[in-house]
Amino acid sequence: QEFSMSAAPGPSRQNIVDRPLGKGRQDFVSQSAFSHLFSEFVQYCQAKASTASELERKLEDAGATIGVRVLELVNLRDGKTRRETRMLGMLQYVHTTLWKALFGKAADGLEKVVENEDEFMISENEPLVNQFISVPSNLPNLNCAAFVAGIIRGALESAGFPGSVTAHTVTLDTGAQRTVFLVKFTPEVLAREKSISGA
Amino acid sequence: LAPRAAMSGGRILSLYINNKSGGLIYQRNFAPSAATLRDNDHMMLASTFNSIALILKELAPVGGSRPLQTLEANGFVLWSYDSPTNLKLFMLAEPGTQGLDLLLKSVYGLYTDYVLKNPFYELDMPVHCAKFDDRLMRLLADFTR
Repeated sequence: QEFSMSAAPGPSRQNIVDRPLGKGRQDFVSQSAFSHLFSEFVQYCQAKASTASELERKLEDAGATIGVRVLELVNLRDGKTRRETRMLGMLQYVHTTLWKALFGKAADGLEKVVENEDEFMISENEPLVNQFISVPSNLPNLNCAAFVAGIIRGALESAGFPGSVTAHTVTLDTGAQRTVFLVKFTPEVLAREKSISGA
Repeated sequence: LAPRAAMSGGRILSLYINNKSGGLIYQRNFAPSAATLRDNDHMMLASTFNSIALILKELAPVGGSRPLQTLEANGFVLWSYDSPTNLKLFMLAEPGTQGLDLLLKSVYGLYTDYVLKNPFYELDMPVHCAKFDDRLMRLLADFTR
C-alpha cells in the first residue's frame, strides 16, 4: 500500500522559508513564546557560566549575532540608501528605528555621558526581555538585558562603530529600577568623528 | 486579565500554593487576623489540606466529583483552585467574600507569567520571585477596593 506524505487538504501555507518577507509591520511573535524561549536560553547560559559576569558575557555574545542581522533587515525595510557616519546619527537610529523594529517602541532615553567623550547611555525603563524575570538576591548585579546590550553592540559594530555595550541596573530616587545601556566607542571611532566634524 | 466587575471587596486573609506533590511552595498573609505560624507549620497544614481534599473527593457520594472547592466556617471561607497541571492554590478570606474563584484564577495567571517565565525559578521549588509578589499585592489591592 502506498504511503503518501502530502499534507492534509486545508489552508495552503508554504514552507516558512519560501514565503515572501513581510513588510514588518504585522509580524509579531507571542510574548509568552519568546519569554519561555529566552528563559531557557538564560538557563542554558547559566549552566555554562560560573559567575554573573560570565553569564552576562554569554548573553551579550548571543545578542551580537542578532544585532548584525537586525541592522541589515531594518535598513532594508526602512529603504535606507545612505548609511550613518556620525556617532549621534547612528545612536539615534538605534534608539528609535532599531528599537521600534525589535520592541515596538522607541527607547526611553538617549544621553551623552558628560565626563567621557566616547560614552553614551541608552535607557529603557522596563526592557521587554526582562518583563517576567525576577533576579534572585544572590545575583544582585545581573541584568539579563545584557542580551539586548549585545544586540546594540552587534548592530553598531556592523555599522562601523565598534565599541562595548553593557547593561546596568539603575535604581532611581523613586525606588523604581530602569536599565541603562552604556555605549563606549573605541578611540578610532572618536578620532574619525573628530576629523569629520573638524574638517 | 482580572475581571474587576465580578470581584467585590472583603478581606483576603492568606494565600497558599502547593506544587503537584502537595508540598507548599508559596505562602503569604495579607491581614493581621490571618494565622501567624512558623514556616514548618504552614508546610504541614498545607500538605494536610492536599490530603483532605483528595480524601473528600474519594468519599463524595456523587461520582466524578472534583476535589474540594469551598469550605465555609464561622470565621473564614476557604476557596481552592486546582490548575490543569495539579497545582493547588487556596485562599482564606473573611466570610461573605465574593469572587474568589476568579481571583484565584488570576493568581494562577500571575504564577504562569512571573514564576514560570523566570529563568531563575526551579520548578516545584519554593517561590521567591519579587515581581510575582509585587503583582500579587497589586491584584489584591485592586480586589479589596
